[in-house]
Amino acid sequence: MSAADSFAAPVAEVPGGGQTLLTVEHLTMRFGGLVAIDDVSFLGADGRITAIIGPNGAGKTTLFNCLTGFYKPTVGRLTLHHPEGEFLLERLEGYRTAQKASVARTFQNIRLFPRMTVLENLIVAQHNKLMRASGFTAAGLFGLKVYRDAEAKAVDLARYWLDHTKLTEKADVEAGNLPYGDQRRLEIARAMCTEPVLLCLDEPAAGLNPRESHDLNDLLRYIRNEHKIGILLIEHDMSVVMEISDHIIVLDYGRKISDGTPKAVRNDPAVIRAYLGQEEHEELPPEIMAGADNAGRSPDDA
Amino acid sequence: MAVSAAEGIDIRPLNLAAMVREASITALVVFALAIGLVGFETLDVPGGVAIRTRFADVAVVMALAFVGRIALILLREHRPRPVLIVAPILTAIMLVLLLSETIFGSESGAALKRFMPFHDPVVLWGVVAVTVILAVRAAYAQTHVSSSLTLEERDARMDRIGAGVQRAARLLGPLLLGAAIVLPFMPFADRRVLDIGVLVLMYVMLGWGLNIVVGLAGLLDLGYVAFYAVGAYSFALLATQFDVSFWVALPFAGLMAGTAGVLLGFPVLRLRGDYLAIVTLGFGEMIRVILLNWYSFTGGPDGVSGIPRPSFFGLAEFSRSVPDGTAFHEMFGLEYASIHRIIFLFYLILAMALVVNVFTMRIRKLPIGRAWEALREDETACRSLGINPRNTKLTAFGIGAMFAGFAGSFFATRQGFISPESFTFIESAVILAIVVLGGFGSQIGVVIAAVVLIGLPEFFRDLQQYRMLAFGMAMVLIMLWRPAGLLAHREPTLRLFGRDKKPETNS
Amino acid sequence: MQNSFAYFLDQLINGLTLGSIYGLIAIGYTMVYGIIGMINFAHGEIFMIGAFVSIITFLLLGMAGVTWVPLALIIVLVVAMTLTAIYGWTLERVAYRPLRRSPRLAALITAIGMSIFLQNYVQLLQSARNKPMQPVVSGGVQVFEQQGYVVSLSFMQMIIIVLTVLLMIIFTTVIVRTTLGRAQRACEQDRDMAALIGVNVDRTISLTFVMGAALASVAGLMFLLYYGVIDFYIGFLAGIKAFTAAVLGGIGSLPGAMLGGILIGLIEAFWSGYFTVEYKDVAAFSILVLVLIFRPTGLLGKPDIEKV
Repeated sequence: MSAADSFAAPVAEVPGGGQTLLTVEHLTMRFGGLVAIDDVSFLGADGRITAIIGPNGAGKTTLFNCLTGFYKPTVGRLTLHHPEGEFLLERLEGYRTAQKASVARTFQNIRLFPRMTVLENLIVAQHNKLMRASGFTAAGLFGLKVYRDAEAKAVDLARYWLDHTKLTEKADVEAGNLPYGDQRRLEIARAMCTEPVLLCLDEPAAGLNPRESHDLNDLLRYIRNEHKIGILLIEHDMSVVMEISDHIIVLDYGRKISDGTPKAVRNDPAVIRAYLGQEEHEELPPEIMAGADNAGRSPDDA
Repeated sequence: MAVSAAEGIDIRPLNLAAMVREASITALVVFALAIGLVGFETLDVPGGVAIRTRFADVAVVMALAFVGRIALILLREHRPRPVLIVAPILTAIMLVLLLSETIFGSESGAALKRFMPFHDPVVLWGVVAVTVILAVRAAYAQTHVSSSLTLEERDARMDRIGAGVQRAARLLGPLLLGAAIVLPFMPFADRRVLDIGVLVLMYVMLGWGLNIVVGLAGLLDLGYVAFYAVGAYSFALLATQFDVSFWVALPFAGLMAGTAGVLLGFPVLRLRGDYLAIVTLGFGEMIRVILLNWYSFTGGPDGVSGIPRPSFFGLAEFSRSVPDGTAFHEMFGLEYASIHRIIFLFYLILAMALVVNVFTMRIRKLPIGRAWEALREDETACRSLGINPRNTKLTAFGIGAMFAGFAGSFFATRQGFISPESFTFIESAVILAIVVLGGFGSQIGVVIAAVVLIGLPEFFRDLQQYRMLAFGMAMVLIMLWRPAGLLAHREPTLRLFGRDKKPETNS
Repeated sequence: MQNSFAYFLDQLINGLTLGSIYGLIAIGYTMVYGIIGMINFAHGEIFMIGAFVSIITFLLLGMAGVTWVPLALIIVLVVAMTLTAIYGWTLERVAYRPLRRSPRLAALITAIGMSIFLQNYVQLLQSARNKPMQPVVSGGVQVFEQQGYVVSLSFMQMIIIVLTVLLMIIFTTVIVRTTLGRAQRACEQDRDMAALIGVNVDRTISLTFVMGAALASVAGLMFLLYYGVIDFYIGFLAGIKAFTAAVLGGIGSLPGAMLGGILIGLIEAFWSGYFTVEYKDVAAFSILVLVLIFRPTGLLGKPDIEKV
């Protein structure tokens, strides 16, 4: 929780507006000789959706893994401006990023607890809160009221997110038995149940059909507008990205090649080069612009 | 209405040559496996080892493999009829041979027995089991389109059975408990029956304890007996060296075993599950080596003897006459009977086992219990939710070890004597087999498995030498048949809707 | 006497011999772990079966009047490797292959079940007694003498060390040079991808078990020659120690397995020579725990980057 003011970046405007929530400075991640992320810096804002896009292998997921404590960055500083103080994310190991700094994430290949029910998945997400309420199990073992109340509240929160992800009816179904689109939404609901300040979504629209993809847009907007948290979004589906993001960062071969509002990024020649390898096009190509029909992707492949 | 096997599937013409070739290869592999270890027996003779041949057995095994493979091919090719005819005939022949003495009287029976392919009836019973299974599968194939279920179908069916057993357990549990409570007063409950009862309950307790570690947290502990040993020795040494009474030493022994678990788990639990398995396996063996060699402290191979028996809650002793205290029979104005102590031990272990059970049932519904199960399902996801994987696993591991320590103290006080011999890997394997057979996480399954695996061999002593062989085989077969565990069924720890209202299952 | 160089040299020779045996078993662990990512708990039992097949073959050769030692050794080696390899193949085919896509816990329990089964199978067939054997090779050369303390290198030890080196050379060539070795490395990296580009994954995994079992059987033969006595339980401790060797060397790494085996052999020999012989098994186990705490990737292992 050490303050980072001595190293604070010059107060810059976040493209797309909003209060700075996340400051990434000179992030570099090497695996042996491979440089997955090379000196990337950017700002992420509170109450805004920041999309991170780029071709496959650009280092997007690695960036997420650095932010959420799965990898320790080789170089760089990741500051989270949490309401309770500043956290240096690169110093938080593993689970502590979620526990202390309230950073939540989802995974590219969905990671639910398949043999637990939907509701249980959401209750497990509130583990730390409930552990304290159960007096680290002692109070819970004797069924004290403190714990029973806390559990009821946890169920209420779960219920809230179930309602907003349209999963209420399936609350008692095993998560592994849900259809694919439901699993994606459940993972978001589970992340939200940790009551995060920063939500990192790794390709939430992958494998969704157009209707589900549209619902997802609504859900993400709702989270942004009503809960005022920052959302980082990795996404290939440009219909989602262009429609809902306030701010886009483009990575290519581990470097940041563009950073700005959707409009600015869309017209950035560097981005077009990265996606097409040539300079003539003024706009992003149609298959990137109109990813809405998800050409060539079936909902089940993931 | 039964569907004819011919409908809906295309039946290829049977290629006899290919079939014989496939079966011959199987027989050849079996020959290679059997010729060394089955074909020749090393005999201990003065001054070395001699050899005796058992070629007939090899030939029989090969023939069985050949026939068995043909049967499997026929089932695979949707032609169950020959199997349906031959398998029951073979079964009948072998049953006649096995039971010849009962059927034909001892003389002609003994004459018939010479035709038995194996001299050991147990092996033949095993063959009978295989032919029965083949016959059942053939009958199934005759009436259904496929000769066997897919893994998913089987899993779903077994899950329903598991759910049924667990539902039944809600009724059966109190009944079983009632039966256990009145057991000592039954006319048939002599010393032997009660001793077996105590033994079974000890393994029920150990099984329930290990179920926390393996079933809930998904951690494979292959050295569970080490914690049992730590508990037993802690108790025995406290009681014999420092004159600490059972009721004081019991919690301490549990604490020691739990601490040992935490110390061992700490370095290993952050690594992948396989490492935990082998480290616990090694730890179990090391504890035994230390107990065996640290003569001054543990008595080495001589063990610790003269461990005091438990008193009646510190109020009275179970002996004919107590010089400076009360005897149990005097306290209650009864005739002295040595069985009083056994009855007391029976109730003691029953109560201890129940404590483990109630604890497990409750903790499953607490955050820590849910986190154990979540870790078993996906550790990476747990970390992304801020759950500390190591500490969470450590609590499961430590609590499991603690219960083993309690059970160990009970073992020590019951036997009055302990030595390293009681704490071999075989014990760990038996406890694990109970958990696997019972189904991970299934409390009633552990009881059933303990009764079957511990109770039955106690009654059928001549099966003893085959016990471990059967346990090993059972573990493999169960995992092949249903990787989740035989009677495993997971009941949700909480529901948004009641149990009865079933919202649509969309899958 | 313990301070003399001669004593040290003696322990060194013992340690190298022992280490060769552990190393050969460890290769089986490390290869299987590399290719299917599981600990083959039954591998120690395969080693034990190799030792039993060896003693039976020796006894048969004795009865048949084959007395020329080199010939006898070669026959035993071939028979033991062949029959034990078939055990390895069957083990994979029957118990592990159906579970390749099942939860890890299921595969681990199957492996431990197989280990229990094989141990009791041999015990039932060959009885639980010790099986002693007359020394086949005797004699040796004196390599050093100090104050009357004679250090000799027995022919037996020479055979063990030379045979190990020879097998390692053959084996490394197979892995590095042949299609099979390439297929194995491909399966280690990504089994599905390997299958897509035409690698026969089932066959490659089977052959891995066959090779591991064959090497373990050689270790079993060496164990029999070196100690002159075996029983059905030898696979248990030898298995744990060889696994420790594999972890110490870095699981998944073949040179690591051999290096780890030699180190474990040396540690055991020196521990027995300078401290107490009773706790030599505890020493090996403590090393396992220490390695796991401080360097879980072992000496030559690659760091395991978690894919999320």
